[in-house]
Amino acid sequence: MRPHGLSPLILFLALAVPAAAADERPRAFVGARLIPIDGEEIEKGVLVVEGGKIAAVGAEGEVDIPADAEKIDVEGKVIMPGLICTHSHIGGSGSLGGADGSGPIQPGVRIYDSLDVHDSGFKRAVAGGLTTLNIMPGSGHLISGQTVYVKLRLEPKPAKIEAFFIRGDNDKPLGGLKMANGTNSMRDPPFPGTRGKSAYLVREQYIKAREYHDKIVRAEGDAAKMPPRDLNLEALVEAMQGKRIVHHHTHRHDDIMTVLRLSKEFQFPVVLHHVSDGWKVADEIADAKAPCSVIVIDSPGGKLEARYCRFETGAILEEAGVNVAFHTDDWITDSRVFRRSAALAVRAGMSRAGALRALTLAGAEMLDLDDRIGSLTVGKDADFAVLEGDPLSVYCKTLETYVDGTKVFDRSDPKDYLYAVGGYGAGHDQYPYMCCFDDAQLLGGGK
Amino acid sequence: MTRLKTRLLSLAIVCLVAPLAAAQVAVHAGKVYTMAGAPIEDGIVVIQDGKISAIGRADQIAVPEGYKVLEAEVVTPGLVDAHSTVGLAGIFNYDHDQDQLESSSPIQPELRAIDAYNADEALIDWIRSFGVTTVHAGHAPGELISGQTLIAKTHGDTVSDAVIVDSKAIATTLTTDAHKTGGKSPGTRGKAVAMLREQLIKAREYADKKQKAAEDEEKDPPPRDLRLEALGKVLAGEMPLLVTVDRARDIASALRLAEEFDIPIWLDGACEAYLLIDDIKAAGVPVIVHPPMQRAFRERENLSFETPAKLVHAGIPVALQSGYESYVPKTRVVLFEAALAAANGLTFEEALRTITIDAAKILGIDDRVGSLEVGKDGDVALYDGDPFEYTSHCIGCIIEGKVVSDIKR
Repeated sequence: MRPHGLSPLILFLALAVPAAAADERPRAFVGARLIPIDGEEIEKGVLVVEGGKIAAVGAEGEVDIPADAEKIDVEGKVIMPGLICTHSHIGGSGSLGGADGSGPIQPGVRIYDSLDVHDSGFKRAVAGGLTTLNIMPGSGHLISGQTVYVKLRLEPKPAKIEAFFIRGDNDKPLGGLKMANGTNSMRDPPFPGTRGKSAYLVREQYIKAREYHDKIVRAEGDAAKMPPRDLNLEALVEAMQGKRIVHHHTHRHDDIMTVLRLSKEFQFPVVLHHVSDGWKVADEIADAKAPCSVIVIDSPGGKLEARYCRFETGAILEEAGVNVAFHTDDWITDSRVFRRSAALAVRAGMSRAGALRALTLAGAEMLDLDDRIGSLTVGKDADFAVLEGDPLSVYCKTLETYVDGTKVFDRSDPKDYLYAVGGYGAGHDQYPYMCCFDDAQLLGGGK
Repeated sequence: MTRLKTRLLSLAIVCLVAPLAAAQVAVHAGKVYTMAGAPIEDGIVVIQDGKISAIGRADQIAVPEGYKVLEAEVVTPGLVDAHSTVGLAGIFNYDHDQDQLESSSPIQPELRAIDAYNADEALIDWIRSFGVTTVHAGHAPGELISGQTLIAKTHGDTVSDAVIVDSKAIATTLTTDAHKTGGKSPGTRGKAVAMLREQLIKAREYADKKQKAAEDEEKDPPPRDLRLEALGKVLAGEMPLLVTVDRARDIASALRLAEEFDIPIWLDGACEAYLLIDDIKAAGVPVIVHPPMQRAFRERENLSFETPAKLVHAGIPVALQSGYESYVPKTRVVLFEAALAAANGLTFEEALRTITIDAAKILGIDDRVGSLEVGKDGDVALYDGDPFEYTSHCIGCIIEGKVVSDIKR
């Protein structure tokens, strides 16, 4: 258990919150089982939210509830941090577009220039208790563009994708860089036809980016000596400087090793995504200190690289000491059943604490956002889900979802309920995005 | 090689052991869901020579000497997946292992799943490891009439070992998935139904000709036509049309066809069935509902987790299915789909019925499978807790008295 109550930090935060939020009364959610993630579960807890942040968290009786707080009885319920999906393709409404078919390496392309904030996939995501997504372009390229980290601020109704941005220093929207290897990015020229060519093309670009950066350094601010601005190389430089985490699609064990080799050569921080064969090279991944964002699917196969995809991957990586998160890869897994990925990993031997962490704080770490989100910790954003039932149970329901202390999903509201369970009108703009698979096959059944 | 050696070895063992006892087995469980009456607490299922020979409370049933006794927390009948494409749509998803749809022509009821079913396919082992012992398998949706389905047990090295019904239903698709572009037919809903009606009328004329020839020695029978012969079985009520539909209007079309030709149909998928509950019920048509976790887009954009509950509570016969998956995952697991239905309006036992006895009844195999009753096949699934809970495990699976899986998964 951690010490709770009002700390000097909270007093500081209380002073720092914007005026509008400060006008709101603090709210105390009283009586729920709290799953803070960064500490033991609390049987009967209190969560105090103020100014969009978590102001206090702890056991009932041990937390000072502010006198003016609105008390919300959540006895019998469960509260956990909002789920974080490290790999999602929601938001395209039929045309989720990162890089196009012109070439295999397009790091200058930003996914957020194609996102539709009105996509009903976002409504389904909050119905599943998700609050933060890493929205990625597809894996049909070696480098398919820049990802964007979003918070699902669906209230008040957003008008444009900027409403979802998580901004860093100098107000820039935060995101990573999507890379892929293996078969998805192997196609007819100018795309690579082999794994060797894939790695070569990537190395060539990073070397160019390094030279580009060297030129900028040598120019010492002299505009006449500066190279012409290159959006593609700029993004790779950001990756090598650690300002942009590489989110790397990779399935087969040898492809995983290739990613680790490239990450070492060019010193870019990397998160390994999917890692169907990760269990075969768990120690190597652990030695490289590479975090893994793992996919859990109902059956192995569907493509050769996923032949050995197993429920056990999370457990084996956890045992090896790897930082493990899960992802939906929505449409692969519907965000509404994201908790199930963690539950199936527990079924296959992963620890409960590790699996719940893999839905939340581990993901925050992989997006370098763990100072803001991922746990019920004083000072962090008030992003959380109120559940009925245990989060690893099939019978569990997400009742409410909060982002920055604002309710963005309420199962008791018929409009939200429609998205939670489906029904007529729930999916009018839905269109699946599953990279590298012939759309006609997906729709038609066929071969 | 290894496999061959294993087989030879097991053959040797069988030869040694067979004279003593032909794999007699019993299962003792904290709770036995028989699906034929109330669950039995502390129950025992005894399987003799592949059939259930006794079932009841542990204190009332004596397990004969020499029987192998397996222990489980929960026991259910082996699960029945009412519509799958395992055995035809292989795990690798490359051309060489994809036999789930022939697209050379929109109407080919003469094609038989039995001629394509790979009993040794890895996905069959996979679903069996969750307790699925029987599958109704066949063609994926995608052509107007795509072929004849089969029913198989999920074990056996060859199709003849596995199959229990050679030809069960004729798979048809009335969704836009069967539509063609570029001036080919069917290109519209209206055309699809017109083509279907045309074929059924031809099949009726063919059957009439055959009948007349049989009655009149002077008349020659028409040349044998496998296509019309197959549809003739539908007209004769011997085989149902498995009609894959999603939109309410296509469900209505399917019901209209059934009425016009007085043929048995099963609605398959039926995402918007909740809009036509009264009509489906009045027509007495069963629904093999789509997997609740199927992706909701286009034709299926209005699907609901609650459809199984709404139909069951209206008194419509309902089974669940794993359906067809074209990508990742390559198959769903019907146990998990029923679990989601149980979390969305069905009671535990109602949900279990959709993948056991109710599925068996719709498929017409409830004399053999779907419930644990004396005389039925010894097909049993063993779990270490609530089978629907994600964190429980299937710890074993018995088919006709043979322990075919002991993987804890």
